[in-house]
Amino acid sequence: MNIIYREVDIPNIRELDVYVKNGGYQALKKALSMPRADVINEVKASNLRGRGGAGFPAGVKWSFIPQDNPINYLTVNADESETGTFKDRQIMENNPHQLIEGALICAYAIKAAAVYIYIRGEYWDVAAGLEKAIADAEAAGYFGRKNTTPVPADPKGNKPKYLGLNQDGMSAIIESEYFACRVFVHLGAGAYICGEESALLESLEGKMGQPRVRPPFPANKGGGLYSEPTVVNNVETLANVPFIIANGAAEYKKMGTEQSTGTKVFCLSGHVNKPGNYELEFGKYTLRDLIYTYGGGIRGGRQIKGILPSGGSGPVIRVNGNDDPILDTPLTYEDMAKTGSILGSASIIIMDETVDMAWVASKVIHFFHHESCGKCTPCREGTYWLTKVTDRILAGEAKDSDIDLIHNVANNMKGVTLCALGEFAANPILFTIKHYPEDFKQHTTAAGKLPAPAAGD
Amino acid sequence: MLKEKYADRIQAILAKYPPDRKRSAVMSLLYIAQEEYGWVNQQGIDEVAEICDLDPTQVNSIAGFYTMYSEKPKGKYWLHVCVDLACALSGADEFYENLKAYLEADVDGNSKDGLFTIEHAMCLGACDRAPMMQCNFHFHENLDLEKAKALIEQWRANEAKK
Repeated sequence: MNIIYREVDIPNIRELDVYVKNGGYQALKKALSMPRADVINEVKASNLRGRGGAGFPAGVKWSFIPQDNPINYLTVNADESETGTFKDRQIMENNPHQLIEGALICAYAIKAAAVYIYIRGEYWDVAAGLEKAIADAEAAGYFGRKNTTPVPADPKGNKPKYLGLNQDGMSAIIESEYFACRVFVHLGAGAYICGEESALLESLEGKMGQPRVRPPFPANKGGGLYSEPTVVNNVETLANVPFIIANGAAEYKKMGTEQSTGTKVFCLSGHVNKPGNYELEFGKYTLRDLIYTYGGGIRGGRQIKGILPSGGSGPVIRVNGNDDPILDTPLTYEDMAKTGSILGSASIIIMDETVDMAWVASKVIHFFHHESCGKCTPCREGTYWLTKVTDRILAGEAKDSDIDLIHNVANNMKGVTLCALGEFAANPILFTIKHYPEDFKQHTTAAGKLPAPAAGD
Repeated sequence: MLKEKYADRIQAILAKYPPDRKRSAVMSLLYIAQEEYGWVNQQGIDEVAEICDLDPTQVNSIAGFYTMYSEKPKGKYWLHVCVDLACALSGADEFYENLKAYLEADVDGNSKDGLFTIEHAMCLGACDRAPMMQCNFHFHENLDLEKAKALIEQWRANEAKK
């Protein structure tokens, strides 16, 4: 069932008229007639969990925003940069209005003065399409300057404040009794770290994308965009919201399991015949269904060796060939956790028997070395050091003791950095060594292949 | 001067942020500077700094931090080939090396004819369409060496016509 990728059933739903003909912007209209607290409670009741990777309940996040604060913000995390992740791009390309509508429902609920969609710079073309969709919907009066839907004032009678334009076309904070909230696209410029929420906010403020010290958290005064309380939600998370408001949380919860409600987009890549995005109901399908029924099986009929279920940052799952019962794991947050890994953003990379896991570890650590923002020493130096060791391993110049060195360095990166990147960088290398020691062993010798330096050097 | 030549675009960018938060416009303005000068040169840095009420050093830190700003001159066609894990499982490393050789690129990735700069990139969000590349940040997907060579020759022919 596609509630996100509705273009599968409704061609051209990216166009405003087609979207509106199929119920588009009715959920926003409905939300604007509800008290804000009811909107938040409905999303809470749906148990919609954040689709960016952390799985935090969206409604709970929204409820952290202080309603009596005059200016709050919503920022949409469209900085999709994790290795193997390409789901949000398809939403923004093919069903952009559903994201915009979901974002506006959230904006209303949290009294946001503006919505910023932070999209990675490499999605230049995607951003252009999204900006057109925003302009079309705003011109049609669903939100922004032409909107004439009154929204309730707060108990003290203060009208909501929005970021609007003054008579000279310059930005200004305006008060309006209508839903005058606007949506802006902010283009990044190539930095994985800006998908981390506090680095995203720094970048949006025109600074280097480096994580902040927390608390205060983004939802707190002093911790969000321009120091105002801010919700940061992933694209896929918000694209679920119109369905929840239109049909109710009870209807939404009919899909999936108790802990994993609704559907999820699975980004399938690597050694499968049909890589791509597949939207599946949580809990109804297994890894095997995803790989064989949807992904068309393994290329060349080979055996599966390993799965990275959450791009480069989650622990690898060892698979001993195509009959391994681990492939019967249902696709939910809770069941994937039982494999010792995580579902995360569901960027599922399949690796067959031809893959050398030492090479995989090297690829992934090079990624994190490149993307480390440089703020915290353990991550900056640790990722650099680990690339040196994995290079040595692949060159056949490593000692057996270099494996211990990797453990030492990686374990000193975990839990001691401002954001999770340090942890993410340590995970893949520690887990590939744990699950595939033989792949590393074949590259190392007791003395390393290089002659030991002569005494006195 | 960017301020005069791109006045409308700059005003539209500044209007996206609160009146006292001009600094938020710095990334969008750097793209305009790069478009105008071909790379982010000191002239561009200084002009962007003036528009955002920043010190040029602050703008320099932004230009240096993000990978999509080039701090040195580059070819008119700036190619980024994704060689990250998912693409590499579909032969992206070999594709990149072969394409680089075809362009006779030097260590900085500049082609012999100076028209192209080729670099490898981290995940570009097209893992199901590997090997792939971006040219000036536009997607070219489901490639192989022959298809990429055809694109290169097409761009070369377009330039020769000018």
